[in-house]
Amino acid sequence: MADKIYLYPVWVRLWHWMNAILCLLLIVTGLSMQYSDPAYPFMRFDWAVAIHDISGIILTLSYIVFLLGNIFTPNGNQYLFRIKGYFKNVALQFRYYSYGMFKGEKPPFEITRRNKFNPLQRFSYVAIMYISMPVVIVTGLMLLYPEYFLHDIMGKHSIHYTDMLHVIIGFVISLFMVIHVYFCTIGAKPLSNFKSMFNGYHEKH
Amino acid sequence: MIKKLLFGLPLLPLVFLLFFISPLSSQTPIEEEEREYEFLEVNQKCLKCHGHTYYYYYNDWVERDIKARMNPYHIVDSADFYVSNHWNFRCVDCHSEDYAEFPHAGELRMEPIYECIDCHGGDEHYAQYNFEAIDEEFHKSVHSSKHSEEFTCWMCHDPHTYRVNARTNDNMEEFIRYDNEICLSCHANVNRYQLLTTVDNPNILDMHGWLPNQGLHFKSVRCIECHTDISDDLMVAHNVLPKEKAVKKCVDCHSKNSRLLTSLYKMQFTDQRSLVGFSNSAMLEEGYIIGANRNYYLNRLSLVLFGLVLLFISFHVILRLTIKHS
Repeated sequence: MADKIYLYPVWVRLWHWMNAILCLLLIVTGLSMQYSDPAYPFMRFDWAVAIHDISGIILTLSYIVFLLGNIFTPNGNQYLFRIKGYFKNVALQFRYYSYGMFKGEKPPFEITRRNKFNPLQRFSYVAIMYISMPVVIVTGLMLLYPEYFLHDIMGKHSIHYTDMLHVIIGFVISLFMVIHVYFCTIGAKPLSNFKSMFNGYHEKH
Repeated sequence: MIKKLLFGLPLLPLVFLLFFISPLSSQTPIEEEEREYEFLEVNQKCLKCHGHTYYYYYNDWVERDIKARMNPYHIVDSADFYVSNHWNFRCVDCHSEDYAEFPHAGELRMEPIYECIDCHGGDEHYAQYNFEAIDEEFHKSVHSSKHSEEFTCWMCHDPHTYRVNARTNDNMEEFIRYDNEICLSCHANVNRYQLLTTVDNPNILDMHGWLPNQGLHFKSVRCIECHTDISDDLMVAHNVLPKEKAVKKCVDCHSKNSRLLTSLYKMQFTDQRSLVGFSNSAMLEEGYIIGANRNYYLNRLSLVLFGLVLLFISFHVILRLTIKHS
């Protein structure tokens, strides 16, 4: 047990998996709507809309839980960093992933209870959770209730601009998910990090 | 704790959003072209009675002035008439000159009523409207086939008030509303609906309960987009289908080859399709239809980015496997 540290409390794990499932549903249904084609029906459009709407609302609630959890529990500290000198650490971590790990080097930043994310993770999680997610949620809500939110603000083009932003950020989150899942295979063993998100314990390299 | 409260910052846009709730904008008035009304005076002889809900006359039998209710189907709103397509007509151009006499002679009730094709058919001046095809399509429609001769052009296009919209009104929201009000004048009005049938008038909102963002759909498309068989020869389809045959597949509109291109946006679309930029860009002038408006450059860029990520991951995996095994 000495090589394992308890990093992920129950609420974080529950939130994480709920977030993952909802994001997957939103990506699949979002793609299905954006590229809908009667000749190649991937999913019924009305089902895609319904699933996308419901998942979006649950994701919004889940995101609020995430924010409240980060305000009222120590988990929030994991997302704080000083900008000064931080990108040097990000570069070090990047170097490790692209060069050091193949040379058998140790990871430059040890995973501890105080630092459960490496600098690259922390930076990307903050970018996704504190920039992309609020934008995608707000634009999503605006598209869900266009008659209330969009009609007068930017005129008749408002739905178009809002949807463009929603789709672009949705795409960024999709790319993040692919990269995130891949990087999770870089642990003590390829499946170790996935197990951590079930049992809460991180296996050290 | 103050630092941690910063985590609440992303909630601000949500709160901010609530302040964006605003009432729907009022519609812009139609700009009327400059018109010279030649027949105001002569038509006023009819409209002084037929332009009001009550009319007045001197009754010789009882020797006093009488205030009588006008038959609501014989009222012509002069304000509507003078912005209609037939604004420059005299009443007697279509009705008997004998109506000049009051009380009107009983046999005038037998006066035949013109249909659109009677005046507009075979006339080069109206060739662009293709009234012959309209007439043909209308006679195939459920309106004509179910109600035979009771249902005439007039039921939808009252010649005293009707004005062309799809070709002339740049305000799409307004012309959609105008056209939909024609349908709703019967389908949301039990009195008019039951002039033709004893069947209960179904509730339009309930019948369309399956439609997501129902209000937005009703404001953004006309009823005929889904309830007619689109004809290539006509700007506005007139073959109204039985409700079972109405379009119910979202993708028929929400896709690259959207049905709306050949109906609602037919006017704008004749020569505006392009391979690059936004597909169906003319739609973007008026709104945005998910599935129908895609950006060529963004599509390509997203594919390239996604490909690069997969390439990077594949390369990384190969390196991990190779170096591990060696």
